Amino acid sequence: MTSADFSTVLPELVLALFAMGALMFGVYTGKDKVAPLINWATAGVFLALALWIGFGGEGERTAFNGLLVDDPFARFAKVTMLVSASAVLIIGHDYMIRRDLLRFEYPVLMVLSVIGMMVMVSAGDLMSLYMGLELQSLALYVLASVRRDSVKSTEAGLKYFVLGALSSGLLLYGASLVYGFAGTTQFAGILSTLGEGVPLGLLFGLVFMLAGLAFKVSAAPFHMWTPDVYEGSPTPVTAFFATAPKVAAICLLARLVHDAFGGIPADWTQVLAALSIVSMFLGAVAAIGQRDIKRLMAYSSIAHMGFALMGLASGTAEGVTAMLVYMAIYVTMNVGTFAFILSMERDGRPVTDIASLNMFSKTEPLKALAVLVMMFSLAGVPPMVGFFGKFYVLKAAVDGGMTWLALSGAVASVIGAFYYLRIVFFMYFGKEGEGVESRMAPAQWAIMVAVAVIMVAGIVNLFGIQPMAAIAAEALVR
Amino acid sequence: MDNLLSIITFIPAVAAAILALFLRGDDAAAQRNAKWLALLATSATFLISLFVLVGFDPANTGFQFVEEYDWILGLKYKMGVDGISVLFVMLTTFLMPITIAACWSVEVRVKEYMIAFLMLETLMLGVFCALDMVLFYLFFEAGLIPMFLIIGIWGGKERIYAAFKFFLYTFLGSVLMLVAMIAMYLDAGTTEIPSLLAHNFASDDIVLLGFHIVGGLQTLLFLAFFASFAVKMPMWPVHTWLPDAHVQAPTAGSVVLAAILLKMGGYGFLRFSLPMFPIASDLLAPMVFWMSAIAIVYTSLVALAQSDMKKLIAYSSVAHMGYVTMGIFTANQQGIDGAIFQMLSHGFISGALFLCVGVIYDRMHTREIDAYGGLVNRMPAYALVFMFFTMANVGLPGTSGFIGEFLTLMGIFQVNTWVAAVATTGVILSAAYALWLYRRVVMGELVKEALKSITDMTRRERAIFAPLIVMTLLLGVYPSLVTDIIGPSVAALVSDHQAALPPVGDTQLAQN
Repeated sequence: MTSADFSTVLPELVLALFAMGALMFGVYTGKDKVAPLINWATAGVFLALALWIGFGGEGERTAFNGLLVDDPFARFAKVTMLVSASAVLIIGHDYMIRRDLLRFEYPVLMVLSVIGMMVMVSAGDLMSLYMGLELQSLALYVLASVRRDSVKSTEAGLKYFVLGALSSGLLLYGASLVYGFAGTTQFAGILSTLGEGVPLGLLFGLVFMLAGLAFKVSAAPFHMWTPDVYEGSPTPVTAFFATAPKVAAICLLARLVHDAFGGIPADWTQVLAALSIVSMFLGAVAAIGQRDIKRLMAYSSIAHMGFALMGLASGTAEGVTAMLVYMAIYVTMNVGTFAFILSMERDGRPVTDIASLNMFSKTEPLKALAVLVMMFSLAGVPPMVGFFGKFYVLKAAVDGGMTWLALSGAVASVIGAFYYLRIVFFMYFGKEGEGVESRMAPAQWAIMVAVAVIMVAGIVNLFGIQPMAAIAAEALVR
Repeated sequence: MDNLLSIITFIPAVAAAILALFLRGDDAAAQRNAKWLALLATSATFLISLFVLVGFDPANTGFQFVEEYDWILGLKYKMGVDGISVLFVMLTTFLMPITIAACWSVEVRVKEYMIAFLMLETLMLGVFCALDMVLFYLFFEAGLIPMFLIIGIWGGKERIYAAFKFFLYTFLGSVLMLVAMIAMYLDAGTTEIPSLLAHNFASDDIVLLGFHIVGGLQTLLFLAFFASFAVKMPMWPVHTWLPDAHVQAPTAGSVVLAAILLKMGGYGFLRFSLPMFPIASDLLAPMVFWMSAIAIVYTSLVALAQSDMKKLIAYSSVAHMGYVTMGIFTANQQGIDGAIFQMLSHGFISGALFLCVGVIYDRMHTREIDAYGGLVNRMPAYALVFMFFTMANVGLPGTSGFIGEFLTLMGIFQVNTWVAAVATTGVILSAAYALWLYRRVVMGELVKEALKSITDMTRRERAIFAPLIVMTLLLGVYPSLVTDIIGPSVAALVSDHQAALPPVGDTQLAQN
């Protein structure tokens, strides 16, 4: 262990120290009275770290004998996660305070899970992979049940925990098989043992690990927890679930398949393609019947993960670029949409019923327009940015010789368009009824409008994320 | 004026942005401002687009007024027009001010209404000007959003059903086209339309999932594009969204839908399917011919049975679009000239017919044919205008409708006599339903109590019809206005098409 090792993981260390400091500060001062302060501070620290990593990092370094890797791919993922986590903290602030949920543990737990995610996307070894994953997951289980006195929230936490433990078990079993047959836990070492004839046990291990990670990205058929957890958790936590952890999990998946199993793409691309196609269709079809907007967003995220996996399934650098671009766009859309969902209330109580949006465009034309833009973007209708995400993964899939996958994705996106349209339908075409109020803090409003503007303005050059994603993908796929 | 096409494309969008951002309130003054601003923007677009028409050189068969900039994901922002597209641009800019003037009586959410129409104009112009296929797709697809809102917000009773049907039908067609575009990009290595037109897509037979596919890649690509354009056109049997959408759309929405949006399908066939996949077009032309012939006869018969005026005209639109698809795939000069002519003329005539329905709908708030009768007694001017466009719809010589039908039938006769024979019966059927509609609505004694106080057309309404009448007559008696502009480009298209086909005698199409 040298100082070079520590300087490589400095952002993670800083964040860990901040978490400890915030925890101590909260405990020894007025507890929940300082929660808003810690909340804002955390958001600020996330943003500062994102800037630091985004502009400061360069080159490729490894730390602790390859346990952790710092490369453009990890940095792209980290910046995406940190920015989205910060945005989630900001948009949820008002909601948490008014529902009396803002305990100082909430931002601290967020920080801990973000550290876990950062370790995940930097993992260069099965050990650090599992360590990061568990740190992230444990923090998320607690966050899901942060509303202690609500049956639904605790149910969500428990459900998430039990199923999450199962998936961790699968992953661990797979990792042990891989270790047993490859003789090493390092990704680079595993890659070098993949010569002629891959042992069957290694393949079993790979499939188990893929299943475990599919659970984390909520890809069908490992998605069952998603709607219940999304619905039961407090909405800011749901917004968090829908954004940063998804990026972390899918980037970890990308790193695993390319860094450790890059020599045998034929063995995992078909698994990922199957996951992708099932997720896209299940997400699209199952969401049609939903009446609750949080459950709808759960199925929507399953479908979106299907599209992101399509990029990964093509097994090329372009596919990884497409996946990264898709995830960045997806996260942005979700932050904006949740900024709106958080504001939906009636007589001070949150509502999540889609039908309550009846004629929302009459009462709040500007907000309705912003939501309209985001819905069409989620549906992938041009000229919104969401279309370019879909276009790019479809292109990657066709490029990777998976035209059938791209075709099914195209069909699934039509089915999926239906439920986004339904939201627009309620807002614009519905009948006058018991409406919904929308109360937003200024920062929350600003983020929602900014996202809507990004969705339209991104048509100019996607804010230059594509070349960055391409550099990130180059670092991963060699 | 290097960016002339971008300027005319985006003027309406800028006006829409101004309306959205700076116009507050929904009182009478704000409504009036919104209407005038929209009218001003669309008129300005029309006037500026005249520069394109004047500066256009018909003898040059390449693309003119080309602009090119780099864009994201390796795509290009490239615009330009040739002889095939320039008149569609003109049709759009010409009809939009008329459409805006026609919805002067709208009072519900006027501002949003105008924004939707202005955005729609930008997107339609973009479709006709785009020279990068992804850019084309972008405009093509984005047009769904304003149209979805126009039908859904301002439509009639069944508007929700119609809006969803419209959106999902066309969206399905388009995403298949998107996948085909990606496949084309991988095959040709470019998304620019001029380069794609020069590229020869593989046409060797392939075996896919056990099916032997004659024409190989070209056939698959053709079918994917066909799925999109046939829905947009719309061709039988995927036309069923059109009557629903038309009946439920407000008058101006119907006009835009029939007069311009439907033309995107035909334009797509001319820009992509026929020139880029010549072998597949040749292989599948008989299928298109018979689908068109069935469309012409079947939808004409269906039109006869309608009790709703707009539905009747909508079915007649499907029948007239049958002539267009038939004409395009004859791949000879008369056929394609006729198809383009028919599209332009249908733009004026069907637009005017929907406006005719709008005139009495505004007064009586019903489109049931049975609710009318004997209008000639109270509305002589209206009876005259309606008569004129009914005759034009039937294809009376002297109106533009005749030229289009005649040219396409002449084109198809050289290629497939049986289809020509079947299609010609459509001429008779169209006379039947159109004249019968006219008789039931306008002629006879005025017996219905509610109609006794109906008033004739106002000055505004007369002013709206005047340019349409002029254009219909002008093109009817002097068709060279159009054929001189489109002729050279179509001739180039036809000769390229012939050159791309294998030189076997029996696949050689009849030359004129």
